[in-house]
Amino acid sequence: MSRTEPLLTVRGLAKSFGATPVLRSIDLDVPAGTVTTLIGPSGSGKTTLLRCLNGLEVPEAGTVTVSGGPSVDFGDAVSQRRLAALRDCSAMVFQHYNLFPHKTVLDNVIEGPVIVQRRPRPEAVAEATALLERVGLGEKRDAYPFSLSGGQQQRVGIVRALALKPRLLLFDEPTSALDPELVGDVLSLMRELAAEGWTMVVATHELQFAREVANEVLFMDGGVIVERGRRRRCSAARTRSARGASCSG
Amino acid sequence: MTSENLSLILTSLGPIVLAAIAGTIPLALISFAVGLAIAVAVALMRLSKVRIVSALARFYVSVVRGTPLLVQLFVIFYGLPSIGLTIDPWPSAIAAFSINVGGYAAEIVRAAILSVPKGQWEAAHVIGMSRRLALRRIILPQAARVSVPPLSNTFISLVKDTSLASLILVTELFRQTQEIAAFSGEFMTLYLEAALVYWVICLGLSAAQNRLERRLDRYVAH
Repeated sequence: MSRTEPLLTVRGLAKSFGATPVLRSIDLDVPAGTVTTLIGPSGSGKTTLLRCLNGLEVPEAGTVTVSGGPSVDFGDAVSQRRLAALRDCSAMVFQHYNLFPHKTVLDNVIEGPVIVQRRPRPEAVAEATALLERVGLGEKRDAYPFSLSGGQQQRVGIVRALALKPRLLLFDEPTSALDPELVGDVLSLMRELAAEGWTMVVATHELQFAREVANEVLFMDGGVIVERGRRRRCSAARTRSARGASCSG
Repeated sequence: MTSENLSLILTSLGPIVLAAIAGTIPLALISFAVGLAIAVAVALMRLSKVRIVSALARFYVSVVRGTPLLVQLFVIFYGLPSIGLTIDPWPSAIAAFSINVGGYAAEIVRAAILSVPKGQWEAAHVIGMSRRLALRRIILPQAARVSVPPLSNTFISLVKDTSLASLILVTELFRQTQEIAAFSGEFMTLYLEAALVYWVICLGLSAAQNRLERRLDRYVAH
């Protein structure tokens, strides 16, 4: 894999709901280890773009390519299998968390690794426990989601995504449903993940966060990217091994 | 109440309760289990995007709900032999009750599946689940909680409807009662006694429903 090849390449993505176009010919490159933030007014297409990246929405045209993974051309009929392959490259954190209410915090986190990825349960439990402890929710392991605050639920949502070990993390307005005093915890966790070198695409209304953390900020309006703000964080694309080193961001 | 009446109640209670245990209750349990399996299948067919599949399911529900249970029972037991298909009383009763429960419960199961928020499907897909796996692991368990009260209703109705099986020679609670009543001539006493036994069974079912709901409620905010 060439070092300059982006992890995710999007070309000519177009999507409409009925007669209303919501995305018009979107091009996007996401290099490995970088953070891309999507900002813009409600209805500008950020969420739809994000959902096209993992096939939750099926665009009418365009390609989504994951380096070393599937390349899906939505101009043709796309099988469920191709969509699933695309989806397996990423994990998504939802605005409304979408935790499974009938499962404990731990079971929410290990459901994907154990049931879908068929990894050994003890290993998945150990990893999930470590991740939960890391986000300060070790004691909530056996609690049900309803008993957690919004901020706690969203941190579980993030841990559930991390536990899948995806190559790409998608965040759909992860703090928009939170009370203002709970936003900080979630954002600081996302900052840590960015610093660790996770590749992230984040739709958000948090302008400060978008500016500080992102390698590239995309301003969307009316289904197009109207402006791209790039900033150099580090000299080279960060990888997880380079975590913290010489990063003065 | 005369002492003859009282002793009749006491002597008949044994056979009536026995008929409930050997007839009414297994009839209801088996029919409900089979009916529920039919219901889940029909509900999933109705939710299918393939039009012919969902139309078939709609047709099934329409026929079952649009015709009397007694007629369904008679078609199977008295009707089918004339086209060369003779079925014994018990299997006939189970078939008719299962098909009937399947039709009613299908709509309950379908509504329960639809009541699970779309975000749950999406979260399941995002962790890599197929539709089938998402349904089994994420959607149906949540739909189950929602469908307990209406399904309990269906089950309680079924318990009482099994009395219709007395008309196709199945020895269950009501048929047993009729036989004793005809023999003794004490119709009022015995039919009230049968009513009481049905009521006690249904009280037990209501209690079981409450316990089940509380068990399934452990993940719901109060």
